[in-house]
Amino acid sequence: MIQPAKPELVTVNIDGQEVEVPKGINVIEAARMVGVDVPHYCYHPKLTIAGNCRMCLIELGMPAVDRATREPIMDEATGKQKINWIPRPQIGCGTNVSPGMHIKTQSDMVKECREGVMEFLLINHPLDCPICDQAGECKLQEQATGYGRGYSRFIEQKNVKPKRTQLGPRVVLDDERCVLCSRCIRFSQEVAKDDVLGFVDRGSYSTLTCYPGKELANNYSLNTVDICPVGALTSTDFRFKMRVWFLKQTNSIDTESSVGANTVVWSREGVIYRITPRQNDEVNDTWMADSGRILYKQVQSDDRLLPAGSLADNLAAASALLKDGGVAVVGSGRSSVEEQFFTARIAKQLEAKSCIVARHGEGDGILVSADRNPNTRGALVTGLITGLPATELTELAADIDAGAVKTVLVVGEDLTAAGLSADQLAKVNIVYLGFHANATSAAAKVSIAGLTVFEKSGTYINQQFRLQKFASAVPGLAGATDDRVVLAQLLAAVGGETTGSDLASVWSALSREISVLDGLAYAQLPDTGLLLDSTAWSGLAFPEGETLHYQPATAEATA
Amino acid sequence: MNLQPETLARIDEVITHYPEKRSGTLPLLHLIQEDIGHIPEEAIEWIAEKLELEPINVYEVVTFYPMFRRKPIGRRHIKVCRTLSCALVGAYKTCSKFQQEFDTKLGKVSPDGEVTVEFVECLASCGTAPVVLIDEELHENVDEAKAKEISDHIKAEAAQRG
Amino acid sequence: MSAPAERRMIFKHIDEEGYSNDIDCYLKNGGYEILKKAVTQKPEDIRDEVKKSGLRGRGGAGFSCGLKWSFVDRKSGKPIYLVVNADESEPGTFKDRYIIHQDPHQLIEGTMISCFANDVKQAYIYIRGEFPEGARILEQAIQEARDKGFVGKNILGTDYSCDMFIHRGAGAYICGEETGLIESLEGKRANPRIKPPYFPAVLGLYQCPTIVNNVETLCHVKHILEMGADEYLKIGTPNNTGTRIFCVSGHVKKPGYYEYACGEITMGQLLYDVCGGPLDGREFKAVIPGGSSAKVLRFGEKFTLKNKDGSTRELGVEDIPLDFDTLAACGTMGGSGGVIVMDDSVNMVEALANINAFYAHESCGQCTPCREGSLWMKKITSRMVHGEAREEDGELMKSVADQIAGRTICAFGEACSWPTQSFVLKFGDEFKSYQDDKQKASAGKLELV
Repeated sequence: MIQPAKPELVTVNIDGQEVEVPKGINVIEAARMVGVDVPHYCYHPKLTIAGNCRMCLIELGMPAVDRATREPIMDEATGKQKINWIPRPQIGCGTNVSPGMHIKTQSDMVKECREGVMEFLLINHPLDCPICDQAGECKLQEQATGYGRGYSRFIEQKNVKPKRTQLGPRVVLDDERCVLCSRCIRFSQEVAKDDVLGFVDRGSYSTLTCYPGKELANNYSLNTVDICPVGALTSTDFRFKMRVWFLKQTNSIDTESSVGANTVVWSREGVIYRITPRQNDEVNDTWMADSGRILYKQVQSDDRLLPAGSLADNLAAASALLKDGGVAVVGSGRSSVEEQFFTARIAKQLEAKSCIVARHGEGDGILVSADRNPNTRGALVTGLITGLPATELTELAADIDAGAVKTVLVVGEDLTAAGLSADQLAKVNIVYLGFHANATSAAAKVSIAGLTVFEKSGTYINQQFRLQKFASAVPGLAGATDDRVVLAQLLAAVGGETTGSDLASVWSALSREISVLDGLAYAQLPDTGLLLDSTAWSGLAFPEGETLHYQPATAEATA
Repeated sequence: MNLQPETLARIDEVITHYPEKRSGTLPLLHLIQEDIGHIPEEAIEWIAEKLELEPINVYEVVTFYPMFRRKPIGRRHIKVCRTLSCALVGAYKTCSKFQQEFDTKLGKVSPDGEVTVEFVECLASCGTAPVVLIDEELHENVDEAKAKEISDHIKAEAAQRG
Repeated sequence: MSAPAERRMIFKHIDEEGYSNDIDCYLKNGGYEILKKAVTQKPEDIRDEVKKSGLRGRGGAGFSCGLKWSFVDRKSGKPIYLVVNADESEPGTFKDRYIIHQDPHQLIEGTMISCFANDVKQAYIYIRGEFPEGARILEQAIQEARDKGFVGKNILGTDYSCDMFIHRGAGAYICGEETGLIESLEGKRANPRIKPPYFPAVLGLYQCPTIVNNVETLCHVKHILEMGADEYLKIGTPNNTGTRIFCVSGHVKKPGYYEYACGEITMGQLLYDVCGGPLDGREFKAVIPGGSSAKVLRFGEKFTLKNKDGSTRELGVEDIPLDFDTLAACGTMGGSGGVIVMDDSVNMVEALANINAFYAHESCGQCTPCREGSLWMKKITSRMVHGEAREEDGELMKSVADQIAGRTICAFGEACSWPTQSFVLKFGDEFKSYQDDKQKASAGKLELV
């Protein structure tokens, strides 16, 4: 694993306390590092600084220096260097720390500033919290409670603005709730590169809008909902489905491509309501694609493979076929590292050829890469494959035609989609393990119902060779079995070395047998993953182009 | 949108004044408004394409600056200064007089189509208040009597035109 | 003591019989001679001269011009821009209008000298949209100057080149704020920029070092070079050098523009002797000395100011010498030189309602305190005038203003809150009794909102 570089530190004084923080970060982040909250709306760590909400005003001072001699000016009373406090409050978001900087976040002036800004933000804000979907994660609510005066002095008519505007297929706008922080506009310009949002009119009548006739329809539109600090932008899919405080949050990984965006799965009583991005500064910052947010729908999709027969019977039937020889193994780039490890060991035990099916699409340059398997690197690391996979299984097709293969163990894939004909499928016995039904599961002699990524735990290795873990958010489909457990038992049934199928046991085997995983254990993996040593695979021409925080190796070499 | 050849030539020339095309937004809006009288949606999209911008970039600008109009106005645009120095010496009366003379309301095209009367903020001629900008011509010391005079003149011109 | 004589320097030819705005007339009157002299000098020497002259910006803030120029990042390798701020938008101000209409070459000459002094690559004149004729006159004048080699390529045969273009605004007061102006010149909404990091001298127009100077300020540069900083320093008082143009409007017999050595004339002399005093049967009640955002002065109030020797002196409004520093010491500002006079026919609630409507209309809406506060204050005064006024409204409004000033991205925060703060502070009784006054018909006589 690779250690990140240590940043240079500077000493600053926050509310009287001397602290060391990385050089160049702003006051909000510096304060956050020592547990001090500097409230804000427009500031977002991954967007340019706008400085417009004025909620993060703080008092700022610098050590006094004699202009002529550059010598420090001492305060005789304290014996310390005198601090020159700027008479006006400064914005924390737009102020970067420098050595010796003094910051007050709790002074009377700062409190007054916050009360003032809170009051201003609320005077034209509708009092519709009881019917607002943002309740529970509304910064306006939270900060009104934390930093407001608690009463209103406003008796005039509130401004009237458009309500319930459908900005695009997935996002609804309520302009009266908008605090004009411009986060969504900056996101659209700077990250999604789809400049369709803007403010029209002026002053307090400024109104967020999408250009007439255009839509906020890009594949990142829902990030605007995530970063909207208030209830102005809400998700068409999620709004009014569930109050957020009822929801359980589980860390997961977006499986739509090899980017491996970090996510949070929000569920209640075994039902998933939404997926949102989870901050990982090395992978997806705080963003994810809209397309990855609907993947939870596969949990309750119509094409789920329903369990049939007992697991013991199925395993017995499967092992009988597999032990008969002439086996080929089609693993999956969608399987977890743990599952791929067992799949590879089954292939080895049976002296079978193993492969996975490549899945390519166009990379969007942001957070969906050209490799639409989340775990191609896992297949390489676990030895399930030794070279890059192909989209068509021509070798397997030829082996079937030549009569060299009698039985195929298929994990999750549809062989017809990978170029095999129905005829070829009919010539072999198929053992299928997966969570959805397809032409291959329909043709299978034995088919075992597995779980979706949301119902099980494990790890993936993304395009950067970053090992990232995901956890089970909801219980599995009744009667279905965790794929890892099925594969472990199948390995045992075909005479392989038995290893416990629990994650701890699998990881002790993984760290023992795979050198780049040496010393790692599932329980100790950080939430943001670990970068593995990828030198062994540096010669491979991976399909990914540039995406956020990822430069293809070849581009790097030529750059 | 049918722009005069001269407008098109001036547009191409003015863009060369700036190292970045986007700076052409205000000049182009002025030129188009001078040519066709207001800024329709079509003009916003035309400018965006001309300056390699997104339409929202131009739309944001059009709605920020009050001098750009989204809708056609009367034949003459009567802008009465409303701000303090003019108000102190009777701008509200001046404005009412114009409205009365043309039987119209603020911001609306008069029934005869001759004028649109508007209040605007400071025209920077406070020493000769009240002042009124009619199209591009500044009228100074416009009290009610002078407003009547100006109105009569506009009406006479209209009558002459038939 | 009667008023001193006018000292017309910038306005020397304004309203002069036979003086026209074409280049021939300008050349006949010694025009462009100073530019000819300047291009033979070292740019840094010109900058030093301007710094030494003590010239303070005439746009409103009164910031040292020499200091502003000294902040310019000359090592960035990027082109340096100069933008003439001809947005003249502070209510009560109308001096630049006359320079532009009647003596445009004075501005062009001052600007080109300043461009040469700062190695400026390109100059723009940002002129407010409400000056269509002024824009045409300037276009014409620039072309004349270009034809004669004063503007454009190889100025006066030197290897220094700098072109100049007109850029028209479109009715937004905030474009007078230099970073709002820059945004507008870049083709955007005129939202002022946060400072740091966007100090124009470093990251201005197109993220290049940029100087933004007011029309009158640039005209002064020409005169400083003409007479030399030492002579210029003799005009006015220390730290308040040169002449000032006072634009007087409102309730005086002779409104108009008057140019005096800075600090040489008092408010009383200006209003009584020069402007002919109040209208018949009226008395002065209040005066805003530096454009509508400056804090109002109430006739009858007294200011106790410190002298250099530690003693104090007491001044009435009439006694205030009109310079930058004394007005600041009296809690207001010389600003743009726009003097707005109100007599006893004016109800101060209604006057403030007019001002509040202006600032609410002109707030760009970018940052919270100004956006929400300016409209709130307008809504309060509007309700007081057109609906029911409460005794506590004045104090409420002042507290709203207190929540704006000093907390915004740009100085508009002060501009929109100073009127309210000062009106309520100095005429609080009128705010308390407004509902009664309306009923007694002692208010509402002059329609202001």
